[in-house]
Amino acid sequence: MINNEVTDIIGPPVMKNGWGAWINRNLFSSWFNTVLTAICLYTLWLIVPPLIKWFFINAHWNIPAEECRLGDGACWSFIVHNFRFILFGFYPFEHHWRPALAILLFGIITLVSINKNWWNRKLMYLWLVTFLGMAILMKGGIAGLTPVTADRWGGLPLTLILSVTGILFAYPAGILLALGRCSKMVGIRAICVGYIELIRGVPLISLLFMASVMFPLFLPDGVVINKLLRAQIAIILFAAAYLAETVRGGLQTIPKGQYEAASALGLSYFQQMRLIILPQALKTVIPSTVNIFISTFKDTSLVVIVALFDLLATTKASLANPEWLGFSREGYIFVAVIYFTFCFSMSRFSINIEKELNRGY
Amino acid sequence: MNNKFRNSIIFQVVVISLVIGIGYFFFYNTQQNLRQQSIATGFDFLTREASFNIGESVIRFSAKDTYLRALMVGVLNTLKVSLIGIAFSIVIGTVIGISRLSTNWLVAKIAAIYIELIRNIPLLLQLFFFYSLFTELLPHPRNALNPISGVFLTNRGLYFPILGEHPVYPVIAASFILVCLVVLILHMFVLKKRWLSSESVPKAPVYLLLIFGVPLLIWIIGGSPILMDVPKLGGFNFGGGASISPEFGGLMAGLILYTSAFIAEVVRSGIQSVNKGQTEAAMAIGLGKVRILRFIVLPQAMRAIVPPLTNQMLNLTKNSSLAVGIGYPDFVSIANTSINQTGQAIEGVGLIIVLYVFFSLVTSIIMNWYNRKIILKT
Repeated sequence: MINNEVTDIIGPPVMKNGWGAWINRNLFSSWFNTVLTAICLYTLWLIVPPLIKWFFINAHWNIPAEECRLGDGACWSFIVHNFRFILFGFYPFEHHWRPALAILLFGIITLVSINKNWWNRKLMYLWLVTFLGMAILMKGGIAGLTPVTADRWGGLPLTLILSVTGILFAYPAGILLALGRCSKMVGIRAICVGYIELIRGVPLISLLFMASVMFPLFLPDGVVINKLLRAQIAIILFAAAYLAETVRGGLQTIPKGQYEAASALGLSYFQQMRLIILPQALKTVIPSTVNIFISTFKDTSLVVIVALFDLLATTKASLANPEWLGFSREGYIFVAVIYFTFCFSMSRFSINIEKELNRGY
Repeated sequence: MNNKFRNSIIFQVVVISLVIGIGYFFFYNTQQNLRQQSIATGFDFLTREASFNIGESVIRFSAKDTYLRALMVGVLNTLKVSLIGIAFSIVIGTVIGISRLSTNWLVAKIAAIYIELIRNIPLLLQLFFFYSLFTELLPHPRNALNPISGVFLTNRGLYFPILGEHPVYPVIAASFILVCLVVLILHMFVLKKRWLSSESVPKAPVYLLLIFGVPLLIWIIGGSPILMDVPKLGGFNFGGGASISPEFGGLMAGLILYTSAFIAEVVRSGIQSVNKGQTEAAMAIGLGKVRILRFIVLPQAMRAIVPPLTNQMLNLTKNSSLAVGIGYPDFVSIANTSINQTGQAIEGVGLIIVLYVFFSLVTSIIMNWYNRKIILKT
């Protein structure tokens, strides 16, 4: 059958650019999308203006607590009056410049390390030197600095110390555990699998409880380790199990040929791992490693439960001050902004690295 | 080869004896320390009187009950929080995950901001924040907010009316469950038949009529009783009705928002993992948008979603232990109180570990079974 009727002639699609076309395409492309857009805009209109009013317009920046209570905006005076305690905890007030400088050093070296072209041995030594410098600044006792014991450390430096040291020690442990889990030796594999699954099965809090109530029992009479170190060990043990799983994921991406080629070269097991397998495996899992660092950074906030004064705990302590009772929102929003800044920039970094690695070779 | 084998045996023996050695060292020290501090060992304390009160509980509990019962209360509270949390966060997470991929720019951006904001702030901080919203912003029971008649918002919790006691109500509930079961069986049968004969049977209206009609009929036959238990202000607080405490409310809000942001990412990447050709092929054979999602994309996406979703469910269960931070009596919180009262840290921490490992195992087994069911059969 032949259809002789002339059908409507459809012209070529019109290319549309500019604002109008964009809005049409992205907000009002169908009746359903139009309804969604309307609902979203209405909700935003309900929420955003009052929030801006509360945050900025009606907010008080530097007045006593009593006057703050009368206003109906945010009372940022709480932060202005308490930020030194929130940031540095019980660290001696006149020495606050030391943790501040330590954080600054840490910030500089982090910024330097973002550039992937500068990742080499020298940078590693620079990191070690920075850590040494930070430790000296925090602890004092040499170079004319007054000694400050670890139980007075608190606030942001403590959060950073717990998370960075945690990852630093957990990383090698995690690699060993991952290698153990992939090993052909049954005994080693059983130990590693048991450890990893046990730790990943329980919440961090139970490890922190264990650290605070059980570690003292484990040690011989007379040997005492302080609360900070105990919590630190718990965080390391915890992060190591998660890192091990990440590294294992990396090891599994390495094709079998790499192992075979390495043994054909006559390399021993540890040479194979150090020179051939791990450099490739660890590189592919950099993004997930950064993600584990982010969760460790967030998880350090749990030490508030074993009475260490990290960033969240110092905020809670400031809020318990009778003079400033009732300004929890302001306090928590302030620390949330700090946590968010750290975590968000790290996650952007991780995404960028992932994109770079995905470029293929 | 022989040499290699021997070396590996030696290495394993060395490592294992090292682990056992360290373990024994700790064990020995612990025994010494316990003897010195004269702390009892063993689980005898479980049968002793707990002598502390628990704020809220699924089963009846008083300070006169045993530690065992107190810990049972904790297990049930943890289970309650986890199950409610998982159900809500899967629903909310799926909605947000799909919104994240919406062609509507505004919807996608709002979802993205929500996900980034929630995921980059520690959960404990969020719990503190929501708890403080409850306790600081809401008024004292005397000046309770009363948004809907019978519902009261106070800094002691949210109070709302529930059905009172009437002989017909349990019958209605039982009939509802029964009808749901019948519909489920019917559905499986009808679905099978439809796959075989490819004829479409309208099911939804029939199902809805059954599920809601039968209980309604029983209610009408029973004399259509309306008996409500409405909360009333008496003394310093409300009595009657049902309530959600600030601790429970704060914990649920925090856990659900936090986990749903992670589940949203899982759902998003799962949907994105389905090849675009699948959608195009489905469009080519003339399926509509909803059917493409329902029959083509989601079944395939589920394969990529289930394993990380299991992880998120386990994370929520583990994260519910943060309840101790805002004073909700979950298992960890009650175990901690027991440790502080009896000094038996090892047994207490041991119980926590055993319980959570047990939860993980059960969840993994169920989800692995489900995963095997939906996995690609070749």
